[in-house]
Amino acid sequence: MWIYEKKLQYPAKVGKTDLRMAKYLITQYGGPDGELSAALRYLNQRYSMPTNVTKAICNDIGTEEMAHLEIIATLVYKLTKDATAEEMRKADLGGHYADHDNALYYVDATGNPWTATYIQAKGDPAADLHEDMAAEEKARATYQWLIDLTDDPDLKDTLNFLRVREIVHFQRFGEALMLVQEYQNSKHIF
Amino acid sequence: MQREQLEMLKRLQALEFTAVDFHLYLDTHPTDQRALADYANTVREMEQVKAAYTRNYGPLLPTDNLGEPCWRWIEEPWPWEIEY
Repeated sequence: MWIYEKKLQYPAKVGKTDLRMAKYLITQYGGPDGELSAALRYLNQRYSMPTNVTKAICNDIGTEEMAHLEIIATLVYKLTKDATAEEMRKADLGGHYADHDNALYYVDATGNPWTATYIQAKGDPAADLHEDMAAEEKARATYQWLIDLTDDPDLKDTLNFLRVREIVHFQRFGEALMLVQEYQNSKHIF
Repeated sequence: MQREQLEMLKRLQALEFTAVDFHLYLDTHPTDQRALADYANTVREMEQVKAAYTRNYGPLLPTDNLGEPCWRWIEEPWPWEIEY
C-alpha cells in the first residue's frame, strides 16, 4: 500500500507563468520518457523480479517516481495558473483548452496521450533492468533539453534536481543488474 | 504560508530527501554499516522536525490529526498550492 504525505519531495518553484514551457514540460507528466511511464514501469516489473535487491529497487524507485510525477504536475499547474483561453490559444494550447480547459492531462509535448506501449515488462530481469537504465538515461536527457528551453532560474533549479535523480536511479539499477546477473550465474539459470 | 513555516518545511524536505537517497543506496548495499548509521541518524532528526512541524502547522499524514478540534487534514494549502 501507499500512504500520502501532504508535502512535495522538493520545493517546486517557478519564477513566472509560462504557457509555452508548460506545453513542453507536460511531456515529463504523460510522455514516453516521463514520470508516469517510469513509475508504472518499475512498479509493474517488481512482480517478476527474482531477488530481494531487484524487488526492492523496482518498488522503491517506482515509489520515488510518483513523488516526481507530483513535482511535474505542480510545475505545470503553476506555469499555467489563471491562463485565459486567448493566452492558451496564443501559446499553441488551444487544442488542450478545447479538450481540458486548464486541467492537467497525461500527454506528451505534442499532445499525444499516454499509452502503455511506452513501457514493457519482459519477465526477464536482465532485460527489464536494461530497459530501466535506458529509461533513466532518456529521462535525464529530456530534463537537459527542458533546462535548455527555459531561462527561468527557479524552474531550472527544480528540473536540475529531477535530472540528477535520474543519474542516481541509473546507478542503482546498474548495481541491481550486476547483483542479479551474479545470482543467475551462481544458479545456472539462463 | 509564513516564512517560518516555509523554512521548516524546506528543512523537512531536505531531511526526508536525504533519507530517501540513503534508502535507495541501502537497497543495493544492505550490509554497509556506515550507510545504516547515517540513515538512522537522518531519520531520527527527520522525525523530530516532523513532530515539531505537525504540532505547529497541522497534519502531514491523516494519522497526525490527533487531538485537533476538527479534521485539519483538508485544510489548504495542498502541496501544489504552496509558493516557495
